[in-house]
Formats: sequence, structure tokens, C-alpha cells
Amino acid sequence: MSQWKNITKGFVRENPVFVLFLGLCPTLGTTGSAINGIGMGLATTFVLVMSNGAISLFARFIPDKVRIPSYIVIIASFVTIVDLLMKAYANTPGPNGEPSLYDNLGLFIPLIVVNCIVLGRAEAFASKNSVFASLIDGLAIGLGFTFALFLLGSVREILGSGSIFNQKFIEGDGMLVFVLAPGAFLALGYLIAIMHIVKKRYTNS
Amino acid sequence: MEYILIIIGAVFVNNILLSQFLGICPFIGVSNKVDTAMGMAGAVTFVMVIATIVTYILQQYVLEPLGIGFMQTVSYILVIASLVQLVEIILKKVSPSLYQALGIFLPLITTNCAILGVALLTFQKEFNLLEGVVYAFANAIGFGLALVTFSGIREQLELADIPKGMKGVPIAFIIAGILAMAFMGFANIV
Repeated sequence: MSQWKNITKGFVRENPVFVLFLGLCPTLGTTGSAINGIGMGLATTFVLVMSNGAISLFARFIPDKVRIPSYIVIIASFVTIVDLLMKAYANTPGPNGEPSLYDNLGLFIPLIVVNCIVLGRAEAFASKNSVFASLIDGLAIGLGFTFALFLLGSVREILGSGSIFNQKFIEGDGMLVFVLAPGAFLALGYLIAIMHIVKKRYTNS
Repeated sequence: MEYILIIIGAVFVNNILLSQFLGICPFIGVSNKVDTAMGMAGAVTFVMVIATIVTYILQQYVLEPLGIGFMQTVSYILVIASLVQLVEIILKKVSPSLYQALGIFLPLITTNCAILGVALLTFQKEFNLLEGVVYAFANAIGFGLALVTFSGIREQLELADIPKGMKGVPIAFIIAGILAMAFMGFANIV
């Protein structure tokens, strides 16, 4: 039961995006569509789970002074693995010549290494807890992040291009501004405001 | 002429904060006061230019000859992290006043994705060293411009009457969105 509570914490209570405001660069940069959001979220989740596990395994042997650089190297190795994996398996263009998932995420895949969520969990959780608990924690926070990216991605896709998962449901274009850069800020601002209200109701009752 | 295009492109058209979304954490985190925003912008300019030079040399003379391009992410971030430490130590000795001014922002810069982002973009765009330096400097100026403008607006906002749920971070994002819209006016000028 306690593990279940650990898994659900990432969605609302400790959601990295809506509550802690971490990892905002990929949140804004890769959520032009729901699929891109999920892709980015899952890539980050993989890095989070693996690096959390590895760091909790090695934390005992790493001297305190070189702790941060060591964590960064461990994280960077897993980021390189994800980068190479996605280059190999998520790099096929769509049927109408749309860019592949790997191309869409582009620069933001190597940038997972400087995502504050990953280093933050390593420092705050994985270095002090058991391997199993760290794996669960990585999974929980990663899924919460994926959930936030999916939510923002679908809001922007529905409003911006009138489609969801590339299935169009209106004629013509939507409000194009939501797919462009300003829409990312606007949509996230309103989503955070809504999350604040939801959280307040949740804690009051 | 080419350099002017790079500068205008990086400062206005593809502003690093408002259209490329790199370095959003300090953008939201340290933008409450104009003074701190300027300090952050200064520190970022300093580190971004040096990091671009060092990673360029690393790429050209170490990674490429050895054929280990896949080590790019790992080696770049290590170089940047140690560079930040080095800059901190040197500044402390050489210019204590500048160190005082930038002090608290320097360690924060290691996890600023704008630095690694610009280093990677310089490689992707296949710039030579001089173009890379100009590009990094222009991006830093663009970062400073957006950050200082944004913090100026946020200072004024302290006094405004904002709906309860929108206070703090949400309204900051809305402002950033409107600012990004303003910067969209520069689209297609180069």
C-alpha cells in the first residue's frame, strides 16, 4: 500500500512540472503535439529510473566531494543510451513525410542530462534510499512528468491544430498560436493555475 | 554581413528563451528583480562564450580524431561543469568584485540547459570557431534581453491586482507568452 502511494505521488502531489516547476525547458519545447509530449516523457522516465537505480547502488562508494560530477556522468551515460536507442528505433518519418519523433525532439534528448528533475531526484532521494525504493521513485516522478507533458501536449494540439494524436476532428486550422512558442507559455500558465485550484480543493476536503 | 545575420537571428528571431525554450528555469527562478536578472545575464554571457570555445576545441581535436562522437553529451557536460568551477576559482582570485556580483549564480549555471544547448547547436550548425563565438555571444545577449525585460515587467506586477489562482508562477507564464508573441513580430526578418 505504501508503494502505491509512492507511485501516485508524481501525478498531483509532487508533480515535477505543475507543483515543483522543474524540467520546464523540455516541457515547453517538446509539447507541440500529444505524441511528442509522451515520447519526451518516456525518454526522461527511462533515464530517471535507470539513473536513480544506478546512483542508489553506487552512492555508498562515491566520496561526498565529487558527488555531483559523478551523478552527472552516470546520468549522461543513460542519456547517451536513450539518444542512440531513439536514433535507431524512433527515427522513421511519418507516411506523409512528417519528421520522425527523434527529429521532433531533436536537441531536447541530449538536454535530458541537464534536466533538473533527474539530478534533483538523484540528490534528494536516490542517494539516501534503497535501490528498489529509488527505482519506484524514478518511475513515479517520470510518469508524473510524462502525464504533465501529455496533458500540455494534448491541450496545445487540440486548440492549436484541432486534432489529437494526429487525428483531425475539425475542418481547417485551429488557433495556430497554441502550436507556436507563445502558446506553450500561455497553455502552461493556465494549466498551472487550474492545478493550483484542484490541489486546494483536494487538500481542503 | 554573415555575422550580423547570425547576431540578429539569435537575439531576436530565434530568441533562446522565448522561441527555443532553453534556460527556462533561471527565466522563471531569478526574474523577480531587475538587479539579479542582470547578474544572471552577465554570468551566462561569460560562461556561454567560454563553454562554446572549449567544447568546439574538444569536438575538433579530441572527439573527431578519435572517432568517439557518441561521447559528445558526456564529455560536453563534464567540461561545462568543470569549467564553471574553474571560472569561479579564477574570478575569485582575479576580480573579487565581479565574483561578488556573479557569485551565487555561477554554480546554478551548470544545470542551465542554455549553455549545453548552445554548445550542441554550434556543433549541429557546423559553425567555425569565430562564428561559434559570435553565435554564443548573440544568444547570451538574447537571453539577457528577454530576462531583463521580463523581470522589469514582473517588478511592476508586484503592485497589480491579480486573481488569486493566477498569482506567482501562472501569471509569469502568461506574461512570458505575451512577450514571446511580441518577439514573433521579428519572424522572417532574416
